[in-house]
This record gives sequence, C-alpha cells and structure tokens, in this order.
Amino acid sequence: MQKYVCNVCGYEYDPAVGDPDNGIAPGTSFEDLPADWVCPMCGVGKEDFSPAE
Amino acid sequence: MAKRITDNITWVGKTDWELKMFHGNELSTRRGSSYNAYLLRGASKTVLIDTVWGPYDREFVARLKQEIDLTQIDAVIMQHNESDHSGALVELMRAIPGTPIYCTAKGEAIIRGHYHQDWNFVKVKTGDKLDLGGGESLTFIEAPMLHWPDTMFSYYDGCGGILFSNDGFGQHYASESLFNDEVPEAEMMAEAEKYYANILAPFCPMVTRKVKEILAMNLPLALICPSHGVIWRKDPGKIIEKYILWADAYAENQVTIVYDTMWNSTRRMAEAIARGITSAAPGTAVKLFNAAKEDKNDILTEIFHSRAVIAGSPTINNGYSYAMAGLMEMVKGMKLKKKVGAAFGSFGWSGEAVKQLSALLAEAGITVVDEGIRTPWVPDETALAACEEYGREFARKIQ
Ligand SMILES: Cc1cc2nc3c(=O)[nH]c(=O)nc-3n(C[C@H](O)[C@H](O)[C@H](O)COP(=O)(O)O)c2cc1C
Ligand SMILES: [Fe+2]
Ligand SMILES: [Fe+2]
Ligand SMILES: [Zn+2]
Repeated sequence: MQKYVCNVCGYEYDPAVGDPDNGIAPGTSFEDLPADWVCPMCGVGKEDFSPAE
Repeated sequence: MAKRITDNITWVGKTDWELKMFHGNELSTRRGSSYNAYLLRGASKTVLIDTVWGPYDREFVARLKQEIDLTQIDAVIMQHNESDHSGALVELMRAIPGTPIYCTAKGEAIIRGHYHQDWNFVKVKTGDKLDLGGGESLTFIEAPMLHWPDTMFSYYDGCGGILFSNDGFGQHYASESLFNDEVPEAEMMAEAEKYYANILAPFCPMVTRKVKEILAMNLPLALICPSHGVIWRKDPGKIIEKYILWADAYAENQVTIVYDTMWNSTRRMAEAIARGITSAAPGTAVKLFNAAKEDKNDILTEIFHSRAVIAGSPTINNGYSYAMAGLMEMVKGMKLKKKVGAAFGSFGWSGEAVKQLSALLAEAGITVVDEGIRTPWVPDETALAACEEYGREFARKIQ
C-alpha cells in the first residue's frame, strides 16, 4: 500500500503500521483514514499529505 | 560583547539574565536564557548563524558592527524562525538588504509570515552544502518539528566538527561562560531536562529519528552549539545520549502526586497516598506538588521524569480546579508515552472531579490503573488509612 508523507513535518504514514496510538489499526490505507485524522506529529489534516516517492 | 569560541567562530548572541517567562507566560525560565548567534569566518565566506530576540535587535546589530563590517557577511543562516531567533532580522537586513538568507522552505514561509519582507531567500534541504573556502563547508540537516516545521541544524566540518543545533540540545540558562564545562553541571542539566520536557517532549519520535540519522553519519563532533544556553564542549556525546534516553518513553522510579486543594482535605489525602506508596515501595521517589502554588513547568518536568502521576482535585461547581485544568491541558500536549496514573480528591455532595480527572489523564495518553479514591468532606483517621492503603495498592499495581 502507498505510504504518505506529511508536507509540514515529514512524518510518514505507513499503512502497514497504521497509527495505533490514535486508534488506526495496522493495514489501514491512507484513503481509509477518517476525514478528521490528523498528523500525529504536527497536527495538520490529510490534505497536507503527499504520496511518498 | 562578542566571545571567542574558536579562532574563526565568535559568539555574537545576547545573554538575558532577566528573562523569567518565555512564550508569553507558557514557560518559566528561572535561570534566564541566552539567544545564541554565531559568526563563522571561513577561508572565503563569512556566515552569521541565527540572530536574537526582537527587543535586543538594535543592541545585537550594533555589537555585530563592532565585530565585523556587516557587508562582509556573505550569508545569514536562519535555522529556525521563531522570534527569539529571527527577531533581529528586520534591523539587520535594513543594513544588508540583499544578503542571502539560507533557510528551509518552511523557514522562508515562516519568515515571510512574520516580517512580510521579500528578502533574498535561498532554500536549502538536507545534504545541501555552503562552501566556506579552504576545503571547509557548512552542511544543512532539516530537522522538522524539533520543534517547528522550519527547524534545521547546520554541521561545520572545520574545528574538529561543530553541530549548530538551534533549539535542540538547548537550555534556558543564562551564563557569562560559554561552555558546559564552566558552569555547575547539575543546575545546567536540570535546565536542559526542563527544556526538553517543556519544548521537545511532544516530538520524541522525531528526536529519536533525527538523532539516529545524525549518529549514522559518523561525523566528528568537537562542539554542539545550541541557540539557548551553554555550548556542549566537554563530552558533547553525553547530551546526545540523554536525548536518546529522554525521547524513548523516559521514566525514572518516581511517582508525582499533583493536586489542588481549597480547605486542605485533598492535600491530606495526597500526603496519605504518598505514605502508602513509600511504605509499599520504599525505593520509589514520591513527590507532591500543589498545582496552584508550584511552578507549572517544574511540575511538568517532574511528571516527565516519573513513571506515574496521581492527579487530585476537590470537586468545585461539579468540576475540578482551575490549576488542575490548566496543568492537565499542558500534560496532554506533551504526548507522554507509557506513563500510568490515577485520580483522587475530596468532595461534598456530588463529587465529579475524580472521574473527570481520570478522563483527562486518559485523554493525555496516561494509562489509568483504577477508578481512584474519593473522600467526603474532611478525611478522618479511617479515611486517611484508606488513602494509605490506596497508595500501597497503587504502588503494587505499577510494579
Ligand atoms: C511552543 C509552541 C508550540 C506551537 N504549536 C503550534 C501548533 O501545534 N500548531 C500551530 O498551528 N501553531 C503552533 N505554534 C505557532 C503559534 O501558534 C504561532 O507562532 C502564533 O503566531 C503565535 O501567536 P501569538 O503571537 O498570539 O502567541 C506553536 C508555537 C509555539 C511557540
Ligand atoms: Fe523555538
Ligand atoms: Fe528558541
Ligand atoms: Zn505533520
């Protein structure tokens, strides 16, 4: 699955890992993250993420 | 007054002994601070690394002029553009308006967002180098969210290797001496930990990642020059080791009990819980703080240092105390990992505070081990014995 990188702080969302601290199970694709999910590092929304190269 | 660091590097910052609060009133700085700026003279290029806080802009530029003809500065390196470091830019750039400002892409946006000026920005990324002549250079290392999106470090390969780390490895610690080996170590390290707990704690995953990345580069390192406090000259690897430790769910064998109290019932409960913990786990450091009386940032540092935090408040108008509310908001912002906790408090008739504090602890990512303990009105001997027993039980639960 495609990884995504936060444009603001560089945090990488890896679907294989998810974001368990914030209730996102491993295996959740970036598209399937809830609309109100925010970067766990800097707090910006999904719109500030880009696909990782 | 400028101070010599090496033959070609001069400290041109400002020591602020009077600073007692930083970030408005968010952060107490009881030992003052400094805004470190560095003038680095390479064989063919001279660069200024960072500036100082706005109120000292004129003083800074006037002193810089005594040190160097400003037109001899080939570049201004802005590693992080919060106003304690960028505050003198307007005054400086008035004198040298065309001089390039090296910063990250986020740095440019933040400088523009603060000063609304169209200066000569040169955007840099990790690995970009500025050739200083004589076979030496300055290499930039982006360090986003340490502690702002724009933050970067700069590594100079001369003088045995120098890392300019901006707020990273900093301390709000005023000193007429420049180096860590010239100040009392314990008080300076306490400020370094307070700085980490209050500014960098939310970004632990980034700290771990960045420190590992820098260690993997295997760079020689004679000095670490932060933007606040003293320079790490004696054993600079030690503060790096500390950061690795602090970033990894740091916890000493300490329980911090923090509470507020109106008529001392909740305080007496706190003291009884402390007795219980100490009797069941004698090696554990137990510390008590009245959130309304103790410095909030010192309390946060103690919590950062602890394995467990027990939060207490009397019930006030179906809620909890003002001081505990503010403190818990700050604890939440620290994004602490692997801490455990519980709540307690005295009450009169409805007693909501303990449940509410438990919820705030959970919201702050602290594992709440039980439903806590409540006592109606003023605790008698039986109630205090129950608090002691609660403390013993808590100590067993967190073993
Ligand atoms: C310690 C600290 C933490 C900050 N955290 C955030 C943040 O999480 N999100 C954000 O959008 N801005 C954050 N900022 C940026 C401030 O909101 C920004 O500097 C703002 O302009 C300050 O406004 P003021 O001058 O009224 O204090 C932070 C600033 C500081 C100093
Ligand atoms: Fe800063
Ligand atoms: Fe700073
Ligand atoms: Zn981010």
